[in-house]
Amino acid sequence: MKASKSGFDSKSAIENLHFRITFPALFMIAARPSEAADTLDTPLNYFLYSYGPAATPVMHLGWLMTALLSAITLIVILLLVIALVRKRDAADPDMIGAERGGVRWVYIGTGISTFILAGLTVYFLTVLNAVARPAETPALTLTVTGYDWWWSIEYEHADPAKRFFTANEIHIPVGRPVLLKLKSADVIHAFWVPVLAGKTQMIPGLVNQKWIQADVPGMYVGQCAQFCGAAHAHMNLEVVAESDLDFEKWQEAQRRTALPVSGHDEHGYKLFMDRCGGCHAVRGTEAEGLHGPDLTHLNSRGRIAAGLLTNTPHHLMEWITRAQHYKPGARMPSIALSDSEASALASYLSTLN
Amino acid sequence: MAAIDATQHREVSLERIPEVGHIPEGSAIEARLEKIWETAPGWRGSLSTVDHKTIGIRYLVTAFLFLVIGGIEALFLRIQLAGPDMAFLTPEQYNQLFTMHGVTMIFLYALPVLSGFSNYLWPLLLGSRDMAFPRLNALSYWIFLFAGLFMYISFPLGQAPNAGWFNYVPFSGPVYNTGPNIDVFALGMVLLGISTTVGSINFVVTLFRMRAPGMTINRVPILVWGTLTASVANLFAIPAVSLAFFLLWLDRQIGAHFFDVANNGQPLLWQHLFWIFGHPWVYVVVLPAMGIVSDALPTFCRRPLVGYTAVALATMATMLLGFGVWVHHMFATGLPTVALSIFGAASMVISIPSAVAVFAWIATIWLGKPVFKTPFLFFAGFIVLFIIGGMSGVMTAAVPLDWQLNETYFIVAHLHYVLLGINVFPVVGAIYYWFPKFTGRMMSEKLGKLSFWTMFIGFNVGFFPMHIAGLLGMPRRIYTYPSRMGWDEVNLVTTVGSFIFAIGVLIFLANVVLSLRRGVRAGANPWDAPTLEWAVSSPPPAYNFATIPTIASRHPLWEGRIEGEAEHARTSLEEGYLLMRGRETLGTSPIDAKPVVILKMPEDSYTPFLVGLFVSLLFVGLLLHSWTFTALMAASSCAALSIWMWPRRKLGQRSVSTPAGHRSASAEREGESA
Repeated sequence: MKASKSGFDSKSAIENLHFRITFPALFMIAARPSEAADTLDTPLNYFLYSYGPAATPVMHLGWLMTALLSAITLIVILLLVIALVRKRDAADPDMIGAERGGVRWVYIGTGISTFILAGLTVYFLTVLNAVARPAETPALTLTVTGYDWWWSIEYEHADPAKRFFTANEIHIPVGRPVLLKLKSADVIHAFWVPVLAGKTQMIPGLVNQKWIQADVPGMYVGQCAQFCGAAHAHMNLEVVAESDLDFEKWQEAQRRTALPVSGHDEHGYKLFMDRCGGCHAVRGTEAEGLHGPDLTHLNSRGRIAAGLLTNTPHHLMEWITRAQHYKPGARMPSIALSDSEASALASYLSTLN
Repeated sequence: MAAIDATQHREVSLERIPEVGHIPEGSAIEARLEKIWETAPGWRGSLSTVDHKTIGIRYLVTAFLFLVIGGIEALFLRIQLAGPDMAFLTPEQYNQLFTMHGVTMIFLYALPVLSGFSNYLWPLLLGSRDMAFPRLNALSYWIFLFAGLFMYISFPLGQAPNAGWFNYVPFSGPVYNTGPNIDVFALGMVLLGISTTVGSINFVVTLFRMRAPGMTINRVPILVWGTLTASVANLFAIPAVSLAFFLLWLDRQIGAHFFDVANNGQPLLWQHLFWIFGHPWVYVVVLPAMGIVSDALPTFCRRPLVGYTAVALATMATMLLGFGVWVHHMFATGLPTVALSIFGAASMVISIPSAVAVFAWIATIWLGKPVFKTPFLFFAGFIVLFIIGGMSGVMTAAVPLDWQLNETYFIVAHLHYVLLGINVFPVVGAIYYWFPKFTGRMMSEKLGKLSFWTMFIGFNVGFFPMHIAGLLGMPRRIYTYPSRMGWDEVNLVTTVGSFIFAIGVLIFLANVVLSLRRGVRAGANPWDAPTLEWAVSSPPPAYNFATIPTIASRHPLWEGRIEGEAEHARTSLEEGYLLMRGRETLGTSPIDAKPVVILKMPEDSYTPFLVGLFVSLLFVGLLLHSWTFTALMAASSCAALSIWMWPRRKLGQRSVSTPAGHRSASAEREGESA
């Protein structure tokens, strides 16, 4: 997976103030369909990019409506401008124009508008029908649960032994519809991977359903789209679409429990069980906490802290020791560790492949 | 002229023949009228006045103060968003500021400013001496002021409401928001709801009771239609939001479970209650402003509005449909597709009445001879912004597209085009337009034009790029964003634009202050406008009209000058009903405006202020859980209300009778022949 710049270590804010003339992407030619979202300058740009049948008809609807309504806007503004500047006969300034007249133009203008709106309504209802449900039965069902401020993902399976949890990174087989059951553990969140499908709220007490499908392999960025508190801005996720073979391999790997530790990792293991296991689970160990992300295969993920940081050993320790700095108000505390503890924990975490 | 003997000592008769006559300017009788209606000077007068003009100005000034506060909050937000990963504000500060920005602008500015215009203008537009319930009017203002202060009570403590103006549960519930912030918001909204409700009742009754004779229902200005429609809507919409906030407060304070999932509460209920109120509210804060344009724009086009009836009907149609589209704020909540289709289609239909108004304004300009004064620039600019905001609104009505647009900056762009475009621009234009009436002085044209162009350019530079940010996927209400998302440039442009816009507003405010002192003196009708408020001096006398005029057309001050009229209507402004046995005005029939009763209007009174104060303190008691204090304030409110409501024979209305002594039936016949 392509590692991109992380949020916090990018150029300083001042440097970013440097203004480039171009508005990116919107005025660029749309990417070729073979290009996947992880190469985009604007990973959430649903207006020019779509990679699946739940998003593409909507993108086309957006294009048509933007073009048509922009044209109408320009025409009506032009009418207004002509009305303002057109030449008039010199008239007695004291005289007032007659009240009658002109109503016909109101009726004509409104009539044309009504006709256009009716057409748009029919079109959007067709699109709604097309994207409301997938053409074929979903190959896979996932339960995605929103937490303050991360995502838990459960891969369902008829055989309970084959179910597993992961966090913040969803893998799906390319070209196949996937059913998502959306839940929330606390407040309302919204699941949104713009280039794959529109957003759906995750409401406590309800299970909403939506489906996504990616027709091109790649990594697609998602973001919580319902205000959910202090770190709402830092609640991203990734969807990785890969071939059936790669997906199966990934799934097999995720199903495995953590490898037993040995030798010098034991100190870190103990530390983890004491300090982290109450909230985090590592399957195959006594860490069974459910309050934070399942960390069994931590190192298989590209990012940590719900997209905030790239998953490097350095960022990992930064996050563990200064979580409240990066996400004030998060349930993850900033954990005070001595240097030796930190290196032991880092060494243990590096085994969670 | 008939004898105008004091009748206080005589036995009160509830039937009377009103005298008709003319009161010359500067006469002793006029001085007596002035004496009857004037407000006591000093603090006593300012606490007790029930003059709709004073109350209107207070509404305007207070609303503008809140506009400035909300605007400064917005500038803080824009600094934080100027670049990626900025740390100018903490997330909590950001969330409080964007919440207070929304609350302030939507609840404490947008409607109150329109209520200000309507309070000031309605009796003048309708040819009356006051609103139907002058004391209720005063109460409505006092509670608005206190509710506004109440909602800012926790701001200095760093505990301002922080869950957005929509305040979704469970985030605003007791588990996730433990401070006093949401309680302040919840109680403040219930309190403000009282003010809005009593104000709305006053407008509805005033329209159907207080019009000058002859001002039939098809002759009232469009502003009156707009405010009437908004007021009726408020009476249906406010209960939903007051209920929602009250239930939330119960959840938070006494452990009710209306929205509590763990006990089978339903968070989605909040969204329904909130938007059943929230969507009509959007029209409540734009329809009166559209009415302002429909009335004032023709003055500068030197012709009446094209399609009066169509625009009046469109105003009401908008509101009616406005009650059936609330779900378009909830397309992403997982409701069934069929329901979404219906609400989506209804949201498309609601653009049709707006189209009527837009084409009517353009046709009015087209067929008129526009005079490019500052107010006109604001109204013309408003039409541009309205068109853009309307079109982006159509896009959000398309359900599947809204699944993308919803909760992004596209919506932020849309709502600012709609709210600033349809509320702030007409309001500023209206201040330029009516300032001479309010103060007797003109505002500076030079500064006026400068303020318009700065505001118009700044607005578009600031808010248009938000559409692009939204299409690039930028969600609302994020306190920062990483550079990898590609939103850096659009945000910087928006921040620059917002500051240009703020400078424009500053120029406007400077113009107000300068013109108050140094503006050129304005006559009664500096714009040669057609409506009744321009028939009285600037500023108007306390009693508005020395004699109650009789209206014969929609454009009383343009009669006789309208092209192609063989025979013109004759409104009688000089001669009219002389009503001066105490504070009196005329009550007329609801549709045809025929004289029905002589209304005895109340004197200035402290009771509205006291009731407002005690009721507000009651809410402070609830906030502080001080039940004894709450009970004490409840008792005080009731006592003050009892004094207010105590029946006084003096205030009993007199029916208008004919000389022959027949009652209203013959009075109506007389009205017909008059």
